[in-house]
Amino acid sequence: MVSRKRSSSNSGPGSLPNKHHNHRHDSNSAANDDSFNELLKPIYKGKSLADEVNTAEDKWNLLPAFLKVKGLVKQHLDSFNYFVDVDLKKILKANEKVLSDVDPDFYVKYLDIRVGQKSSSKTKDPILPPHECRLRDLTYSAPIYVDVEYTRGRKIIMHRDLEIGKMPIMLRSNKCILDGASDSIMAELNECPLDPGGYFIVNGTEKVILVQEQLSKNRIIVEADEKKGIVQASVTSSTHERKSKTYVVTKNDKIYLKHNSISEEVPIVLVLKAAGITSDLEIMQLVCGDDATYQDLFVVNFEEVAKMGIFTQQQALEYLGSKVKTMRRYKLTTLQEGIEAVATTIIAHLTVDNLDFKEKALYMAMMARRVVMAMHNPKMVDDRDYVGNKRLELAGQLMSLLFEDLFKKFNTDFKANIDKILRKPNRATEFNPLLSINIHSNNITSGLNRAISTGNWSLKRFKMERAGVTHVLSRLSYISALGMMTRISSQFEKSRKVSGPRALQPSQFGMLCTSDTPEGEACGLVKNLALMTHITTDDEEDPIRKLCFLIGVENISLIDSANLHSAYGVYLNGTIIGTTRFPTKFVSQFRSLRRTGKVSEFISIYTNLHQKAVHIATDGGRICRPLIIVSQGESKVKSHHLLQLKQGKLQFDDFLKQGLVEYLDVNEENDCFIALYESDLSINITHLEIEPFTVLGAVAGLIPYPHHNQSPRNTYQCAMGKQAIGAIAYNQFQRIDTLLYLMVYPQQPMVKTKTIELIDYDKLPAGQNATVAVMSYSGYDIEDALVLNKASIDRGFGRCQVLRKNTTILKRYPNHTKDIVAGMRVNENNEPIFQHQSLGPDGLGEVGTRVESGQVYVNKCVPANASDSIMDQAAATTEHRETPVTYRAPEPSYIDQVMMSVGDNDQALIKVLLRQTRRPELGDKFSSRHGQKGVCGIIVQQEDLPFNDDGVCPDIIMNPHGFPSRMTVGKMIELISGKAGVLNGSLEYGTCFGGSKLEDMSKILVDKGFNYSGKDMLYSGITGECLQAYIFFGPIYYQKLKHMVLDKMHARSRGPRAVLTRQPTEGRSRDGGLRLGEMERDCVIAYGASQLLLERLMLSSDAFEVDVCNECGLMGYNGWCTSCKSAEFVVKMTIPYAAKLLFQELLSMNIAPRLKLGDVF
Amino acid sequence: MVDNIVKIEHDRVTNTVSTDYPGFHNDGQDYSWNLETFKSKFDIKISYLNERVANFDLVNIDTSVANAFRRIMISEVPAVAAEQIYIFNNTSVIQDEVLAHRIGLIPLKVDPDLLDWVDTNIDEKDRATDANTIVMTLDVTCSRNPNAPKGSTDPNELYKNSNVYARDLKFEPQGSQMDKLKTPVVSADPDILIAKLRPGQEISLRAHCILGIGADHAKFSPVSTASYRLLPTIDITESITGQDAREFQKMFSTGVIDINSSGEAYVKDARRDTVSREVLRHEKFNGKVKLGRKRDHFIFNVESTGAMSPEEIFFKSVRILRNKADYLKECPIGN
Repeated sequence: MVSRKRSSSNSGPGSLPNKHHNHRHDSNSAANDDSFNELLKPIYKGKSLADEVNTAEDKWNLLPAFLKVKGLVKQHLDSFNYFVDVDLKKILKANEKVLSDVDPDFYVKYLDIRVGQKSSSKTKDPILPPHECRLRDLTYSAPIYVDVEYTRGRKIIMHRDLEIGKMPIMLRSNKCILDGASDSIMAELNECPLDPGGYFIVNGTEKVILVQEQLSKNRIIVEADEKKGIVQASVTSSTHERKSKTYVVTKNDKIYLKHNSISEEVPIVLVLKAAGITSDLEIMQLVCGDDATYQDLFVVNFEEVAKMGIFTQQQALEYLGSKVKTMRRYKLTTLQEGIEAVATTIIAHLTVDNLDFKEKALYMAMMARRVVMAMHNPKMVDDRDYVGNKRLELAGQLMSLLFEDLFKKFNTDFKANIDKILRKPNRATEFNPLLSINIHSNNITSGLNRAISTGNWSLKRFKMERAGVTHVLSRLSYISALGMMTRISSQFEKSRKVSGPRALQPSQFGMLCTSDTPEGEACGLVKNLALMTHITTDDEEDPIRKLCFLIGVENISLIDSANLHSAYGVYLNGTIIGTTRFPTKFVSQFRSLRRTGKVSEFISIYTNLHQKAVHIATDGGRICRPLIIVSQGESKVKSHHLLQLKQGKLQFDDFLKQGLVEYLDVNEENDCFIALYESDLSINITHLEIEPFTVLGAVAGLIPYPHHNQSPRNTYQCAMGKQAIGAIAYNQFQRIDTLLYLMVYPQQPMVKTKTIELIDYDKLPAGQNATVAVMSYSGYDIEDALVLNKASIDRGFGRCQVLRKNTTILKRYPNHTKDIVAGMRVNENNEPIFQHQSLGPDGLGEVGTRVESGQVYVNKCVPANASDSIMDQAAATTEHRETPVTYRAPEPSYIDQVMMSVGDNDQALIKVLLRQTRRPELGDKFSSRHGQKGVCGIIVQQEDLPFNDDGVCPDIIMNPHGFPSRMTVGKMIELISGKAGVLNGSLEYGTCFGGSKLEDMSKILVDKGFNYSGKDMLYSGITGECLQAYIFFGPIYYQKLKHMVLDKMHARSRGPRAVLTRQPTEGRSRDGGLRLGEMERDCVIAYGASQLLLERLMLSSDAFEVDVCNECGLMGYNGWCTSCKSAEFVVKMTIPYAAKLLFQELLSMNIAPRLKLGDVF
Repeated sequence: MVDNIVKIEHDRVTNTVSTDYPGFHNDGQDYSWNLETFKSKFDIKISYLNERVANFDLVNIDTSVANAFRRIMISEVPAVAAEQIYIFNNTSVIQDEVLAHRIGLIPLKVDPDLLDWVDTNIDEKDRATDANTIVMTLDVTCSRNPNAPKGSTDPNELYKNSNVYARDLKFEPQGSQMDKLKTPVVSADPDILIAKLRPGQEISLRAHCILGIGADHAKFSPVSTASYRLLPTIDITESITGQDAREFQKMFSTGVIDINSSGEAYVKDARRDTVSREVLRHEKFNGKVKLGRKRDHFIFNVESTGAMSPEEIFFKSVRILRNKADYLKECPIGN
């Protein structure tokens, strides 16, 4: 056997072009959109370019066009790009100067910041390619450069491209070397062109920062507790500096303001007075307007403040100041405290210039008004679970929080260092601060790395301590990796038994997948994005504010309090900026500006009639989706547009620019009237859906005919599709992962969906088309068990490979000794000993050789004296002890790859990949795409299986009892469509709310000489006679799931025991015993098999012979009772060791259990 | 009288079990099996035969016997396939086990009668002899084609040996095999793709091919399929004419129903019907037609993998069944 060994030191494993790449387009096509181009000119349902374009049927082409621009993980990439391009610069601006306490003339000023690009160069810095980082356990990162200006003596010096650390780079972001790479470049870099990116590589592991769902910041949420009669309006203020929450609550029908740093609730009127609105009339006007019912509800609030004798702003501020909880180094007067509280603490996201509290007073008055409205009409509360009230936090935002924290710490350290040096009275040379900047650069690098690799986001500024932010990207299958990129995790506690946040919200329609959520405790809390969604990033507020004033909004600062509520309020990101008397006109004007591209397409505007308000949102984290604009009952997208799209003359963005399509967020969707199909259009309709199946996400999109299934079945499939074994990526054979499952002969499904094509599942499938007979056979198919055809298995059905990695590090020790790899040992015949049979002369396993249990594949040796000091030079002359890496498993493996490289800290890194090829066996788990899982119950010879007129035998027999209770009608339709496809030589579609029609499929069956129902007459393979029932017979796509018997089987007779209790150990990994538990024990007791009980619970477990003194009842030793000092009454008996242990533990806590022995017979 | 028609009804199949044995019928006839009556009634009609496919009818034979032939053809007629693969070098993307599995499934053109069975009692080292093992080798190295047309992206033009086919398996005669086998052993289908290579990649292996049966592994099965169907019968009980007749015609496969000069539908060739039961779906023809299949008329279809001719496979199945019967007759337990 000859080996092929792969070694990689600095360059990646030099490999040849993978066969997968060759039939794809070549390098001259500009970008990685080769696959999408195919989709854009599809011959779908027999239609080609020249055919007539029907808008109703062909508008779905906008979806691939959308995905071409956006991609499936665009939200992550957008967010990260925004962070490195915009947010970094903002952070730098906010922390731009480092000053010294010692030398007032000294300063360092940051001018610019860039990631992975020097100011001089036009191109990106070359960085280590991602796949090499994966293999060598490195971090895929690029240097962060800053330009600085600083003083040296009297001179001001500018320095460019100073590296302050390294930033982990999100794959396929615009800082990644894969950005815009063609397929051939991707192949050269050993990357899979279908890999979506959107994750980081930290220390060799792929890490995803999951999308986090939160309640929106800086918005008023009104809630009511009807039992306690409490109404409260709250707002979470979030700024770069801090986060705080302000409440306006009712207590005994009076309204108070509550805040964490104010020790008690303060009457709202008092706070408004403190904010400068001293006139009771004006307060009444601001809160209630001229509505008499509101006035009646609110009027009581004046009484309390009047009784307290507070009438002026000064009094109010002093009162407020006395209630503030502060931790300041220096004392302020209560008045100053009060001013400070109103200016910075209460509703912190509003900034106060020149102590003008008007804006803040208005905001609080609005909160009070919302409370009054909710008191008057309990329906005027907000829904926490409404998707419009949620914001999604993405990788970029989290990274920016982290970076700002680290950068601030970096600057404080830098400053401390500068101060230390400047304080020295007489320095030899002129001070150069750049010399000390590099010392701290490791803090940023390691801080970022640590946070991403552990997932612990701890920020002192916000007292934020979040664990589990990042997850290891699951590479079980292509779908599981993709599913992880669209996952949204909620901040809600999993253990709480609440139904609200878990329930499916109507507002999730089209934004979040309706099917894809886990079962069990995280059900409904972990969600997935639908196929056609976009998550916004922050946009500038000021231009929008100016624009509003230009198109007729009356500025709030100019409005008389009395007239405030007579017109509609205009709110920008939750803050009132003005009023308008003609809201409809204003909104439509604003929308037309957005549609013409004068305003960013992601800004939403909508009217809330209940609140008499127009809301404009520019903040990041809103989910939105594109819809076709309809005017006068006619879709703006006409057939010639679609034709141009197909011909590639138009892009999705052109549709946006031309005002044919626009993005709507959840709130604005509520303000619209959206038609599902073109036939539903009428004069009132404002928008048209692009494609109804986009209510589902990427993972649920795999299910054929999901609209015919009972909904939980689709949810089950979403969980199982992630466990299916298949192809993972085009670079799957180059990867060295801890655990990798691959299918040997994966097939694309006979019944596809459009989603399958869009997410390239047909190129990286996970399953095979099995011919299924739905019948009962042999009795080994009850309880969802499947009957498999042995000949099919012989021919490669369900065959899969399991690749397992083992990492060995050759360490270096302080005393100059180091680990080595020893060669193989031979016996007297000069043949290698059994343990070393797979080793080569270098002591590493040879590629292609078989390793059995007990054999060594890395013959590592450690120095015998690694702990000795360096001084003993003699000892350092190497003596080594063998610490080989031994293979232990019931089945042998083959060595697939051996990689030797140098890791981060100059230590040699050896990775060995072991491979097993497995054929399906009894107990292996399979599942169709309809949440119908089953294990293999029996494997049957081909000649015993039923066959039809053509001599076709089933690959799988499924029991018909799986259907009635599960109601997976989609599976039956899949079978008929698949069968029609097989006979017709076509791939059929099972797209949600569409797909090939059952009638057409039945027609094909009849035309090809089969029964319309898909049921065939079969002959029994055993008797040869006809079966008396017609059998539902045809292809269904089956997935092999990762749960295989070989990984689970376990038995033991004798084996290891736990040290403390001397009972058998627990668990397969520790070769543990199989527990005879309490319920089994009960059965044995009930049956009366006392001797069996004794054997199981004691003799075969932890029997122990003790000497019991029948006189004192305590246990003795060696036939001697130590307490009675005699051997007279000592009796030998056998008890469980755990019982003996219990007695001794009781003794140790001053309880003396005494054994009284008596005769049984 | 024995009713030997399997009734094809709308939702079920009835009368599937044969009843022509003594004691079932009470009509005084002798139903015990008799060689002479069998000889006189039994018939074989061959309708199609080439080197890969045979289509023939067995008429007036019991289901059990016909089924036994089918079962034996699939799983007990011996054939030759690669069993052990010794890999010297394999630098292709395809893994050793998968490559071995693929080579094992390649049908080889060897007369199995010329080979002995491998005796598993012999020690593994001495088991293989020239009498029971055929050695095939596969040595392929891929290289760049120096004469490739400029700008070509077709791997077949760019590289040499980029595709490894079954024809690349070379026979290595051992001992007296060349005299015994007459012709070199080749794959029955030379165009089976084994692997794809790229320049610098190489496969070098040696395959030991032995005799085996399909019950052991599907690669030893000499047929890709061997099965039968029962002869369909169509019984028009009420005359169907005019437009109805034309509709009726469409309910069956082409050529099954014809319409005579008076516009009445009649059964022209029931054998061609695939029994789609379409006619039973339609209210219009309710009670006008009876579908059935003759229980003792088997239309066999045997597709060989290429090692043997299909008729030989059938003959072998008959021989094996006879040997089994002989064995049972002589069986010490029975006596």
